[in-house]
Amino acid sequence: MLEIKNLHVRVGDKDILKGLNLTVGAGQVHAIMGPNGSGKSTLSYVLAGRAGYDVTDGAILYNGENLVGMPPEERAAKGVFLAMQYPVEIPGVTTMMFLKSALNALARARGQSEMDAIAVLKAVRKKAATLNVSEEMLKRALNVGFSGGEKKRLEILQMALFEPKLAILDETDSGLDIDALKLVAEGVNSLRSPERAMLVITHYQRLLDYIVPDRVHVLSNGRIIKEGGKELALELEAKGYEQIVKDAA
Amino acid sequence: MSSAAAETKSQVAAIGEKYKYGFVTDIEMERAPKGLSADTVRYVSAKKNEPEWMLEWRLGAFKRWGEMKEPSWARVHYPKIDYQAAYYYAAPKNTPLKQSLDEVDPKLLETYKKLGIPLSEQMALAGVAVDAVFDSVSVATTFKDKLNEAGVIFCPISEAIRDYPEMVKQYLGTVVPVTDNFFATLNAAVFSDGTFVYVPKGVRCPMELSTYFRINASETGQFERTLIIADEGSYVSYLEGCTAPKRDENQLHAAVVELIALEGAEIKYSTVQNWYPGDENGLGGIFNFVTKRGDCRGARSKISWTQVETGSAITWKYPSCILRGDGSVGEFYSIAIANHYQQADTGTKMIHIGKNTRSRIISKGISAGKAHNTYRGLVSVLGKAENARNFTQCDSLLIGKECGAHTVPYIESRNPSARIEHEATTSKIAEDQLFYCLQRGLGQEEAVALIVNGFCKEVLQQLPMEFAVEAQKLVGISLEGSVG
Ligand SMILES: Nc1ncnc2c1ncn2[C@@H]1O[C@H](COP(=O)(O)OP(=O)(O)OP(=O)(O)O)[C@@H](O)[C@H]1O
Ligand SMILES: [Mg+2]
Repeated sequence: MLEIKNLHVRVGDKDILKGLNLTVGAGQVHAIMGPNGSGKSTLSYVLAGRAGYDVTDGAILYNGENLVGMPPEERAAKGVFLAMQYPVEIPGVTTMMFLKSALNALARARGQSEMDAIAVLKAVRKKAATLNVSEEMLKRALNVGFSGGEKKRLEILQMALFEPKLAILDETDSGLDIDALKLVAEGVNSLRSPERAMLVITHYQRLLDYIVPDRVHVLSNGRIIKEGGKELALELEAKGYEQIVKDAA
Repeated sequence: MSSAAAETKSQVAAIGEKYKYGFVTDIEMERAPKGLSADTVRYVSAKKNEPEWMLEWRLGAFKRWGEMKEPSWARVHYPKIDYQAAYYYAAPKNTPLKQSLDEVDPKLLETYKKLGIPLSEQMALAGVAVDAVFDSVSVATTFKDKLNEAGVIFCPISEAIRDYPEMVKQYLGTVVPVTDNFFATLNAAVFSDGTFVYVPKGVRCPMELSTYFRINASETGQFERTLIIADEGSYVSYLEGCTAPKRDENQLHAAVVELIALEGAEIKYSTVQNWYPGDENGLGGIFNFVTKRGDCRGARSKISWTQVETGSAITWKYPSCILRGDGSVGEFYSIAIANHYQQADTGTKMIHIGKNTRSRIISKGISAGKAHNTYRGLVSVLGKAENARNFTQCDSLLIGKECGAHTVPYIESRNPSARIEHEATTSKIAEDQLFYCLQRGLGQEEAVALIVNGFCKEVLQQLPMEFAVEAQKLVGISLEGSVG
């Protein structure tokens, strides 16, 4: 489903990804771990098509199609979703309003019919309840004054609503309390399906107890330096990155 | 849903093209001879069958206008206007005032339809009465009966001059004096028509009053004159929407609006101004030089201006409040959008005269393309205005690198008990906000519209429901082509 080949990415005048290779099959969940600044978020932005992240070499094949150069909204329409490490605030736009606009924009792009306000409300409420997103939050401006954990839950709510094919979760677990972590993990697990792939970026082995990955990749200095099964996460936890990086060298 | 409401909805939904209102209705027009002279003034007055006193008033204004100079203090630049090259009166031929809609030229109704105004009997259901000003003559007035029952007078000002001369004489020019400023004086000399509203004591006007202005004929200035009087303890909400067709030449629009709120009365005046802004290269567009002022004449009266200014090549407009009555309240909520080569210089004046007067100013300026947007405001507290309060917030949003936002707040206080607060911010649409929206599937323009609508929310909330929807769409449309 996703095949990243020899990806080189430059931000400003700095090379950040330096020949990254990664393949995720349909129905799989892969975890990416790696030290701060190793390029995890950069990878997620590049997959989503953020301006300013220049691909200088390599390819990102998504269902066989190269995403490089495709505008972010087209990627979204094709099913790419990024739960961001730092969700953005949009003052004056209620969360509900935002969800409605996004849902209908996606529907239009996907050739489906748009939903009216009542249908949107129903759909949102159903998913919101399972993620403990309150009615009051939906009325507030998008992410404005939300706690860290509330922002992350809202990201997962959106993922559940938009039904992506490729979901990238960038540190969705950081800032979540234990109960919220379980809720989010349940949310993610319920979306696991044979036609959906997920890339879960995390610093904590604990998340992977709940969302059990098919593969774990270690990203360091812009490259995948090691990969393995879910036990790799435990090894990382025991040894720390420094040792793993040394071993890989 | 009533068919009128459904119709409005579908028409609003259809607003999607660049400038939807860029069509011209082919109706035979009757015009005054080109140019401006005492004879032009006499011509206009005669066309309106005006009494002698009105003609004298106009001629007095015309004389003074000849001695005045066009103001140049605003931050707007435009070629010199040749006042002799325009027509000062244009009216559809053969259109005496109609008693029912059936009598109205179907082409006119078609125009209104294109404008998205369901000018039909069903509008009663929507609770809106329309006094439509087509160029210079009010052609159709609806819901007179319902308003009559409440004692509310809502008619073309030309009619009020004939039918309620005492009232007109008592109030006309008392808020905006004949010699107030160059454009207001010009208006006093040649105003063609406009609206008159009187709400009697203690009456809450049973519906929103609405007037749509539209400039149709080429090379005619549009000189509206509106006079609204809310008698003691009454309430009225008035909506004004303006559109003009596309033309290469610039057209002058110099309206005057006077509001008078007596003791305990409240007037809410909302404008959605969408005059033709000119094209991407700055060709054409309306020059909009407007004087709007409200007088809170009685104690505890209130005047609230809400404006959404998205059109015109040049906007020069400062809806103001004279807070004369003790405890009176003035409000100004404004959204001004300037894109491409548009220039907007707009704001308000709050003059605190009475004790315990309060004013509130919320201004949202959005600049895109090569446009310049200036907020110019005055808060003045006179010596006797004990405990006057003002809160001002001016937020500017810039889209792109070539536009400009300017804030010029003047504050004068002659009373030490006054409390005046001023907050101002300037921001850009953040790249991360835009990316977030795009990632969730919104297109560039939709994302910008959403973010800008969020920025304007406090002002949009002030608009009556149906207009808020239209205004939100307009915000999006007027910013098309501003990013990417
Ligand atoms: N706009 C930018 N200009 C210059 N350097 C940048 C820019 N954005 C990111 N970087 C750098 O790129 C590197 C990778 O950043 P990235 O955010 O991808 O790391 P990360 O692996 O997600 O880290 P963390 O675990 O802290 O979230 C860092 O050294 C960062 O400082
Ligand atoms: Mg990161």
